[in-house]
Amino acid sequence: MAKTFDFTVNGKPITVTLDNEETPLLDVLRNELGLMGTRFGCGLEQCGCCMALIDGQPEKCCAKPVWSAAGKSITTVEGLGTPALPHPLQQAFLDEQAGQCGYCLSGILISAKALLAKNPSPTRAEIALALDGNICRCGSHNRILRAVEKAAAVMRGIHP
Amino acid sequence: MNALPGPLNDNPRLDLWVSFAETGKVVVNTGRVELGQGVLTAMAQIASDELDVDMASVMVRSGVTDNMPNEGYTAGSQSIQMGGQAMAQACADVRALFLEQAAKAIGCNANELTVRGGKFLRNGALSGQDYWTLNGAVDLAVNATGRGQRKAIGERAHIGRNDARTDLPGKLFGEPVFIHDMRLAGMKHARVVRQPNKDATIGAIDEAAIRRAAKGDIAFVRSGDFLAIVGDDEPAVERAGAAAVNHVTWTNVEMPTPLQQEANWLVQRPVIDCLLGSPEPSDAQGRERFEATYSRGYLAHASISPSCGLAEYRDGHLTVWTHCQGVFPLRGALARMLKLDAKAITVHHVQGSGCYGHNGADDATADAAVIAMQMPGTPIRIRWRREEEFVHEPKSPAMLVKVRALLDADGKPSDWTAEIWSGNHNGRPGGGNALLAGYALPDQEPFPQANDVPEAAGGGATRNADPLYDIADKRIIHHMVTETPVRVSALRGLGAMPNVFALECAIDELAGRAGVDPVAYRLSITSDPRARAVIEKVAVMSNWQANASGGAGRGRGIAFSRYKNRAAYAAIIVDLEVDEEIRLHRIWCATDGGLIVNPDGAINQLEGGVIQSASWVLKEQVRLDGGTASFDWETYPVLKFSEVPMIDIVLINPTNSDVPLGVGEATAGPTAAAIGNAVSHALGIRLRDLPLTRERIMAALLQE
Repeated sequence: MAKTFDFTVNGKPITVTLDNEETPLLDVLRNELGLMGTRFGCGLEQCGCCMALIDGQPEKCCAKPVWSAAGKSITTVEGLGTPALPHPLQQAFLDEQAGQCGYCLSGILISAKALLAKNPSPTRAEIALALDGNICRCGSHNRILRAVEKAAAVMRGIHP
Repeated sequence: MNALPGPLNDNPRLDLWVSFAETGKVVVNTGRVELGQGVLTAMAQIASDELDVDMASVMVRSGVTDNMPNEGYTAGSQSIQMGGQAMAQACADVRALFLEQAAKAIGCNANELTVRGGKFLRNGALSGQDYWTLNGAVDLAVNATGRGQRKAIGERAHIGRNDARTDLPGKLFGEPVFIHDMRLAGMKHARVVRQPNKDATIGAIDEAAIRRAAKGDIAFVRSGDFLAIVGDDEPAVERAGAAAVNHVTWTNVEMPTPLQQEANWLVQRPVIDCLLGSPEPSDAQGRERFEATYSRGYLAHASISPSCGLAEYRDGHLTVWTHCQGVFPLRGALARMLKLDAKAITVHHVQGSGCYGHNGADDATADAAVIAMQMPGTPIRIRWRREEEFVHEPKSPAMLVKVRALLDADGKPSDWTAEIWSGNHNGRPGGGNALLAGYALPDQEPFPQANDVPEAAGGGATRNADPLYDIADKRIIHHMVTETPVRVSALRGLGAMPNVFALECAIDELAGRAGVDPVAYRLSITSDPRARAVIEKVAVMSNWQANASGGAGRGRGIAFSRYKNRAAYAAIIVDLEVDEEIRLHRIWCATDGGLIVNPDGAINQLEGGVIQSASWVLKEQVRLDGGTASFDWETYPVLKFSEVPMIDIVLINPTNSDVPLGVGEATAGPTAAAIGNAVSHALGIRLRDLPLTRERIMAALLQE
């Protein structure tokens, strides 16, 4: 009964074979592909820890069946940047020391990336609203907002 | 010679703290663990300064039960206050021993030598000796003496500087830094079919239905009323775990009611009483009397990730991986529960999400250990379901606080009583309390009676109930409620938040009675200069206008406390707007935390405390209705990004001191009270029960 699913993950074509097509995409990323950056928070699409970009849209992956992502292009936090070549968002989060435990940060980076793609110069209120689907329990909100503002400014400079 | 800091006194052998085994590297061991508070970075800063080595050469080992100082729990804002001081003195003592040996090797006086980047300089010139050339000649298997000279103000290169967090990059590049990301060869996933309450026993198990729901291979592991599902495929195990809730019947199930979720349910319950201070006078001696009752419901830690634990039992040795706050206490608790020698157990800390106290981490590890003991040679990973974390993590106890004061002719309190009803704030396994699995396993030793944190350790329900103000006679009447409708334990600040809420709201009420501005009133009963300084500073920061009229839905409130009356001082002012709901506009905070190792890290913690407390005050209460009815983020909402106000935090004299005071929990209490006071200022009516929900605000407005 095994089924095969093709998609692109962080720019690379990927094929996975699974017994159950209802397997959540998050489990495929973490347990089949070993991409641990996308975190499990609730399994209920409530907290945003598990967000990835699917065809450019920020989506919660914890309850999304793998079949629904077949043929699509998925970007996870590992696809944003590397320590040697960080994405401006990652650099801004480092600059602002934006985080405490860090468990929510992967999802927040994904939400922020999607926001800046749509709106390169968001106000702080617009950033906050865009991040309302991501829960931060440690209280690093204001640092995170500052970091996204900073990254937006940097990215406007790079791509005027 | 200095008295040794507590953790160094408890773990005096210097080789437990520092080693130079690898050339160019210094390994320092701290019993404190990284919980997202940046403590390992701060420890590296301390070690770097006190040893005079480059920060890049310092490797911080943390949180394992082998060759590590046992510092109990990483809790209570004590990691720098106690653990950092211990690390500093251990490093200073090590440096002194090496200086003596270097002087011998070079043939000079130790006072001709200095250390830079781990190299010993004689009158400023390289001597050819460094920590690593001398390592064989210096015996660190000796006890600390406290004779090593600590770095003075002005000699510190890293302490007091905003060094970047060492743990943050991995978290921003999606690296597998969390315990949830660990995968061991041959590992199986597991879920527990959770005993609904401690006396519940398993009735029937419909294994076939659970297997059908799994849609994959699973096995059952059972011991007494402990039942778990194990398999190779995590989604199958997860499905089975979720479905099992409906396919296993239990007897002796307790059904807590909505009445029990409220703090006033605690009054008239069986209690253990304790009076701290002088008996309450029966005669007011002509003084005016003030009395008010404040309360708060049960709170969840609501960690962003459900708890996770791994365990492997192989060749008679149990190894576990945990994100709990204390590896040594957990080892002891596992040994008791599993009837193993503690020497046969190794506990490793691996980072989890923020815990803010005693969440499900210890229990999830215990679950994995129970299963691993039944499957020798197979590593077991358990990750709780979201619902499981909300329902079964220990809660912060509901509290009811009655404040009674007698006022002098100027309207200032001359006699103060805080009468408290609360469950205990320490259900930690280190105190002999059960790990959750222990309630379900057969043949367990009886668990001790509930016991709160002693006053000497800062108190639990009584924490911060004693006002720091100049009041001639004060006392705390503590009624510890012995049986609570939900399991209770430690959450950030323990009783400090409800107590400071009660005390600081009462002070505002007294200021109002006296017709004195709340800032001026507080200053008029405050002698401690550091307390005065934070109150005065926050008033300046916020441009506080004395006797400004509130009303029309806009309000401003102040509150102050010194955490545990011996850690950091914090004063908070809140600006907000209320109609049916509260909208926080801006919060100012002035803190005196003594010596601050990493100011940006301290501000991050203080601000986190402000936001978490604001979330508690505006939104949070665990609901009970036939069980724990707060089981996800919709039934237990927390503050969202768009609801977080701007926050300004100022540290007073952060580097001009030798004594750190502990800041991590300092803002939770005064934030709660400042919000309460601002709401009262905005509405002209006093709300004394937390959380300040829309329903409570509407009810209070209708009563007017």
